[in-house]
Amino acid sequence: MAEIIVVTSGKGGVGKTTSSASLATGLAQAGKKVAVIDFDVGLRNLDLIMGCERRVVYDFINVVQGEASLKQALIKDKRYDNLYVLAASQTRDKDALTQEGVEKVLDGLGADGFDYVVCDSPAGIEKGAHLAMYFADHAVVVVNPEVSSVRDSDRILGLLASKTRRAERGEGPITQHLLLTRYNPTRVEAGEMLSVKDVEEILGIKVVGVIPESENVLASSNAGVPVILDENSFAGQAYTDVVSRLLGQERPLRFIEVQKKGFLKRVFGG
Amino acid sequence: MGILDFLKRKPEATAGVAKERLRIIVAQERSTRGAPDYLPLLRNELLEVIRKYVNVDVDAVNISLDRDSGHEVLELSVALPEHKPG
Repeated sequence: MAEIIVVTSGKGGVGKTTSSASLATGLAQAGKKVAVIDFDVGLRNLDLIMGCERRVVYDFINVVQGEASLKQALIKDKRYDNLYVLAASQTRDKDALTQEGVEKVLDGLGADGFDYVVCDSPAGIEKGAHLAMYFADHAVVVVNPEVSSVRDSDRILGLLASKTRRAERGEGPITQHLLLTRYNPTRVEAGEMLSVKDVEEILGIKVVGVIPESENVLASSNAGVPVILDENSFAGQAYTDVVSRLLGQERPLRFIEVQKKGFLKRVFGG
Repeated sequence: MGILDFLKRKPEATAGVAKERLRIIVAQERSTRGAPDYLPLLRNELLEVIRKYVNVDVDAVNISLDRDSGHEVLELSVALPEHKPG
């Protein structure tokens, strides 16, 4: 059976797709066989972030409705041959996704020997988001240090604890991980932004990682390369740490303090 | 405010305000999570009844639902206004 990880948040624009792409790529780098699925029916975007948008022939709904096989619809990553993308449908409406259909696809991936399935949830708490989390074993709740995002993620944490198959069957709770993104240590130090500790205290859960606000995230999405592959960027390194933690390794939190720039950096930038 | 103050003006340190507001709203939303849909309506109707007799504030009525080893307790508290003598 594949381990199913949902990347969710409630609020839109906090970094779910960026995180899904990087976590899936990181797990593949660690040698796992990984599929990453876009659950945002009608608003396909994961393909762009993964850089495979021109190779989408069949999508998730095609597989659910039996119009294509899983093998036909899975897009093999150009960089790692143990990493696959399943795109969302651009044309269908979101009712085309059913619980039975999702279960069939996830079971199919498990039977094909996948170790991990990363489910990139749409924003909101409606059907698509519900289906993305329903079969999950682990959840990564992406949150920004900002009031509406923190409140929405608390709502999502509540849903994860009650509205999933594990909860309904009493199979032991889903493991919940909080991923704080777009973190700006300088603004935190100035008291302008909620700190890691603030967010942990409010939500009553520890973070699995902190991704610093970084120009490299936009550059990576421009290029269609998950930011985790930008090894020089702090955001990329922070995602690598998160993947290690998800795989059970200890990694200290990095990039949460203000960087003191050295003389050369101050002169030459960087 | 002098011109220098204006030039030096930085965003205010508002993280503390954000934290306090979130602490309160998250606690409130958690207490009503999974509670029946009729709770807010019940609260409003109770408020109307109480207001027939006492002039209380909108925030004066607090309803919470607690689960305690198999049974549920609906707790209702009404904060009465301070009694002004004479």
